[in-house]
Amino acid sequence: MNGGEAILKALKEQDVDTIFGYPGGSVIPLYDSLYDDDLRHILVRHEQCAVHAAEGYARASGKVGVCLATSGPGATNLVTGIADANMDSTPLVAITGQVNLSAIGNDAFQEADMIGISMPVTKHSYQITNVDSIPSIVKSSFDIAKSGRPGPVLIDFPKEMQQGELSKYETTLIETPGYNPTLKGNIKQVTKSIDLIKKASNPIILAGGGVIISGASEQLAKFAKTINAPVVTTLMGKGAVPEDDDYALGMLGMHGRLVANKNINKSDLLIAIGCRFSDRTTGKIDEFIPNAKVIHIDVDPAEIGKNVDVDIPIVGDAFNVLKMFNDKLTKYEPNPNSIKWLDELKAKKTKFSLKTNYDTTPLMPQTVISEISESLTEDSIVTTDVGLHQMFAAHYLNVNKPRKFISSGGLGTMGYGFPAAIGAKVACEDDPVIAICGDGGFLMVSQELATIQSYDLPIIITILDNRKLGMVYQWQNLLYNKRLSQTDLGTVPDFVKLAESYGINGVNITKPGETKEVIKNAIKDNEAILLNIDIQKDEFLPMVPPGAAIEEVIGEYNFVDESLSNEDAAK
Amino acid sequence: MCTTHTISILVEHKPGVLQKVTGLFSRRGFNIESITVGSSEIENLARMVIVVYADNKGLEQVKKQLNKLVDVIKIQELHSNSSVKRELCLIKVQTKDSKARTEVFQYTDVFRCNIVDVCDNSVTIEVIGHPNKINAFIKLLKHYGIKKIARTGPTAVARGSAN
Repeated sequence: MNGGEAILKALKEQDVDTIFGYPGGSVIPLYDSLYDDDLRHILVRHEQCAVHAAEGYARASGKVGVCLATSGPGATNLVTGIADANMDSTPLVAITGQVNLSAIGNDAFQEADMIGISMPVTKHSYQITNVDSIPSIVKSSFDIAKSGRPGPVLIDFPKEMQQGELSKYETTLIETPGYNPTLKGNIKQVTKSIDLIKKASNPIILAGGGVIISGASEQLAKFAKTINAPVVTTLMGKGAVPEDDDYALGMLGMHGRLVANKNINKSDLLIAIGCRFSDRTTGKIDEFIPNAKVIHIDVDPAEIGKNVDVDIPIVGDAFNVLKMFNDKLTKYEPNPNSIKWLDELKAKKTKFSLKTNYDTTPLMPQTVISEISESLTEDSIVTTDVGLHQMFAAHYLNVNKPRKFISSGGLGTMGYGFPAAIGAKVACEDDPVIAICGDGGFLMVSQELATIQSYDLPIIITILDNRKLGMVYQWQNLLYNKRLSQTDLGTVPDFVKLAESYGINGVNITKPGETKEVIKNAIKDNEAILLNIDIQKDEFLPMVPPGAAIEEVIGEYNFVDESLSNEDAAK
Repeated sequence: MCTTHTISILVEHKPGVLQKVTGLFSRRGFNIESITVGSSEIENLARMVIVVYADNKGLEQVKKQLNKLVDVIKIQELHSNSSVKRELCLIKVQTKDSKARTEVFQYTDVFRCNIVDVCDNSVTIEVIGHPNKINAFIKLLKHYGIKKIARTGPTAVARGSAN
């Protein structure tokens, strides 16, 4: 057995069914082994999309995503996605070809020091320098990628290692004495936390992506209901609790929902779970939750106390820790003040319902997103790209299950949404997958229309087309004196014709109601389609300006109840 | 407020580890004043001693990030009152005449250093001790004309405890 065959066997032993990749000179031996193998390979049209697809696959399925690229430019094209996975704690194994060991360091053709380049954005990395170590390195890479706080692991695979014959295929344990993630919470900290919770009148839970990763959604719902705490989420935490439930106030942050932003600072106890207090979530950190004690639960001790001072740190996996809480809270008598607090916020959530049914043309993004929302089935997966459309989606889309909303959070990678949808569809082929993109981000990766056509992947692509780099355009309008530098993306291409040239159906959407109808039919017919949706250029989402406190929202919302204004949500 | 910190890090003894460790300091703009690396009491593990000028909060975060590296086994901050710190320094100093040479030899004795090389117009001295001692010795030799200084940077261990 040669190295190429060995790595494929080792991948399958890790329960890998699909890899995303793109061939090149230094991985020809590996692709040669793949030729005879039953492991599914999805040929993307750009390496960056291989890694984003692997991320989408991982986020939708909870498994480790795997991508493969050749040495040099192929490998460096993976870096953005590796950094994205690192920021969003996505379990990923990236395999990169490398020039022959003897040529490394000689500036050989298509040589790049991938271990060095990827070092700050990977959880760990290996270079294969001995063919017999392949099974062990693959196992160790998967163990590290998926345990503790998940993240990307890079395997650099020199060409002659792919061709070399193994003396024996054997998986031995690679000792990693410096890697022992703490998964179980400390029971004393849990007990101390319960004392704080009992005393709190205005408790609130901030749930991040860690809740989704650890599969803690049910434990979280139970915990929140027991202690009468409303739940707000980060972008990564969307879907951690069902957003249709009245105790879920939706996303907090720069583009967070009004009731969440206006009331979080009234809390006297914040319980943060699996989140890292990003600046986009907290607003001005010095004015964030001034009167609250903080309990922070996270599997990564480096996140605790990083941005927000913490009263009770609990290092552990969110599921384990929440289960410890729930086991201790079986006969819990909630603080009467907390009942009042929760009822008030539930009432506000209903009262401040946002208007979505506009009949304006070009279409209002609120209308488009709510039509998408209404057309989804329970199991539908939504991916988004990055920008204004993403924030409209995060704001107006209610997500009710974990792993059904997949978006680039920490790194904010334009071009993520469409390839992530490919990965999600490959992972969950029975679930409808809808990519919500802007015209700018989609154009960065539009060549992947070829991929969905050739693998017959029935993905629904919605482009919220304003021919602007919308988010930057919004900032320029609101914060940069309307100096609209380089944010007009012009009039080309015709996205419908572009889709058609790849053999994908495309449709221009101009009127209210059409989005919903087309998506419903596409889900029913299980077919790929691109919706190019003409939206208002100057419809901005209210926001907290950078550096401002979380409740300082600029821009007025339109509520269903027209007598309301933003400020009423704080009362 | 920035102060000098001495950190001892036990790491796996393999390629790339130094780069990962120093990368976490440079990312925050902390300049590493000195770094020593060598084998430890455990096979395949090396001990790094890093001296860095940094603020407490930033350094706390660097230590947590270091702990996350798979190749890092243990981190300990060493405080001056509970640790022993030693550095080696080689100084090549000019000795223009026999008077200068005699004086340099005498200072070398007083500071309990060793002469490791002598030639017509210079001597090379090995100084081992706390960095403060080395600084004092260098200051003393300055007016003879120092041709070269090579310092290892300090290494350190925590003092033994009764337990």
